[in-house]
Amino acid sequence: MIPQNHFLILSAILFAIGIFGVLTRKNAIGILMSIELILNAANINLITFNKFQKTPDGLGQIFALFVIAIAAVSAVIGLALVISIYRNAKTILVTKINLMKW
Amino acid sequence: MVKFAHLIPIFPFLAFAILILFGRKLKRSSAIISIAASLISLLIVILTFHGLLKGQGSYKLFDWLVFNGITLRVGVIVDPLTCTMLLVVATIGSLIQVYSIGYMSDDPRFSRFFAYMSLFMASMLGLLLADNFVTLYMFWEGVGLCSYLLISFWFEKASAAKAGMKAFITTRIGDAGLLLGIFLLFFSTHDLSFSGLSAITGHPALYTTAALLIFCGAIGKSAQFPLHVWLPDAMEGPTPVSALIHAATMVAAGVYLVARCFALFFTHQPALVCVAYIGAITAIMAASIATVNNDIKRVLAYSTISQLGLMMIGLGVGGYSASTFHLVTHAFFKALLFLCAGSIIHSVHTQEINKMGGIFHKMKITGTAFIIASLAISGVPPFSGFWSKDEIMTEILRSGHPMIFIAATITNLLTAFYMFRLIFLVLFGKPRSELHPHESPKTMAIPLIILSIFAIFMGLPGSPLMNNVFQRFIYFGAEHTALSSNPDHFVMGISVIVAFLGIGIAYALYMLNKEILSKSIRNRFTGLYDLVYNKYYVDELYEFLFIRPCARLSKAFSGFDLKVIDGAVNASASMVVFLSKAKAWIDSNIVDGTVNMIARAVGMLSGELRKMQTGYIQSYLLTAFMGLILILLLKIIGG
Repeated sequence: MIPQNHFLILSAILFAIGIFGVLTRKNAIGILMSIELILNAANINLITFNKFQKTPDGLGQIFALFVIAIAAVSAVIGLALVISIYRNAKTILVTKINLMKW
Repeated sequence: MVKFAHLIPIFPFLAFAILILFGRKLKRSSAIISIAASLISLLIVILTFHGLLKGQGSYKLFDWLVFNGITLRVGVIVDPLTCTMLLVVATIGSLIQVYSIGYMSDDPRFSRFFAYMSLFMASMLGLLLADNFVTLYMFWEGVGLCSYLLISFWFEKASAAKAGMKAFITTRIGDAGLLLGIFLLFFSTHDLSFSGLSAITGHPALYTTAALLIFCGAIGKSAQFPLHVWLPDAMEGPTPVSALIHAATMVAAGVYLVARCFALFFTHQPALVCVAYIGAITAIMAASIATVNNDIKRVLAYSTISQLGLMMIGLGVGGYSASTFHLVTHAFFKALLFLCAGSIIHSVHTQEINKMGGIFHKMKITGTAFIIASLAISGVPPFSGFWSKDEIMTEILRSGHPMIFIAATITNLLTAFYMFRLIFLVLFGKPRSELHPHESPKTMAIPLIILSIFAIFMGLPGSPLMNNVFQRFIYFGAEHTALSSNPDHFVMGISVIVAFLGIGIAYALYMLNKEILSKSIRNRFTGLYDLVYNKYYVDELYEFLFIRPCARLSKAFSGFDLKVIDGAVNASASMVVFLSKAKAWIDSNIVDGTVNMIARAVGMLSGELRKMQTGYIQSYLLTAFMGLILILLLKIIGG
């Protein structure tokens, strides 16, 4: 039986990698992929706590399924945005895209 | 009984409205409209006259100005005096308008002239029909206005424009008196109708004052001394105007006014005596000026003043019907004289009698008419003037004012003299300059002939030959019954002698002498001659007494206005400017400064702050993440 802590540590590592990716990647698609990592870290946490804590049966799993669905949706929207940005700016490097600057 | 007298002034007024609006398009035909309107009025006058003989009287038209329980009843007066005057005005007015077609034919403002003439006819007829002081005053000013417009009809000439103003202002002085008189009557009797005048009793001083104030209006309008100065200058207007307005009708309005208010004057004898003496002074003074003046129209103007004075004498001594009679005959022969003068001026293009002479054989119709009119005004029997003057002389003698009788006799002598002086200088003798006289066109000649007939025969209705029909028709109260049923042969004799004496002196001085005016006589009476020639210096006196002080006062006021009032205005203006400048400084420096300073501070702050906005999403995310960590740390530390 793998103890609960291992799952949480895995989740934390995934989360940290995701955050690092989001903050450092220049490529917009990389950022999107990093966000997926963060979401999956959260999913692991949800299932872990569902397994080891006294929660109603299957609630965490259902929640995780929701998150996966929403992650898919957000990925779609994100990719659509990236394509749109690419069409306008001929680049997907976020350092080049500073439209929101004052 | 058909009541249509109030329609009389309407037709000329309509003609005026049409002509003033469409005169430019109508051109020559405007004369026809004007004359047609006058002829319609004349027709209605005749119908009214007929109605009067059948017993129709005055009637009320409507109530006007009701206040404090006092009502002003507006109506028309239909009585012998008004009807006679209406006949005179309508007849002479129509004839003179016909004459004007010829006289004004070359004038660029032909239709404007007829518009004014129609307006004058309307006002004059309205004046005669007014049955109360208010409507009378209205039309009184109306004829004054027309007089002004027509005197200065040729306003391009400075002298004509000035003469118009002089006439207007001088008569205005009299009119002010008339207005005061009307006020006085209104406040003391609350009744402004003429019919109420006979009922006035009590307060002799008050009502004498009222009568004298009303007489002031008559003095102004009828050019009596001391307001006579405007009439000679009024001769600047076209001659038909002089004939109609300043000889026959409007100037007689003053006499008419006194006759109309005779009930008031008769019961207040001091006023009546004043009328007589003013008339006497005017008559003799104007007649003497006429003997030396050299302008044909001005001689006639002074003659008019003199004859109006005679009418005033007639009224003043109580000769109501005699005076009215003379008013009627005078209207005809004086209009005729002016039209003849106009015809002569039209033909020889000068008004100086010294330059005329010997034009009788070239202008037979005009010349004959002129002689007829002169015989009439000189009082040669059986022409009209003889009978009317004789009536007035009889009245003067009956009233017992020997001074006035002498003055009137001298006036008659002078009248015959200056009229025949004109005739001998203008019509006979040798031409004294290059003249090319020719008879005037038919439109001018025919009125002359018609008026000549009137000038000859108009005297008959008032003469003993026709049993004094006129005096039996127009009379005041019961005073008449004892009067003149038997002619006074003494007065008649004097009149005839005086008339022929005047003619004889004129013949001796101007026909037998080769000189225009024999030098010896002029030299012998230099002082007197100069005095009379300069019209007794009345104009100069007014110039000195009123006009110059008035001008000086005006200049002083103008200076006061320019310096003090304008100065005050300018000072306050510049003070406002100064204050505004100060305010502008405060506004631009202090208020704007504060606002700008705040804006600049905000600008500087935001300039620093905006550096945080890098535009890189990752830097924002990093910040957000740092914040999250900070919150978590705080949470952990806080426990």
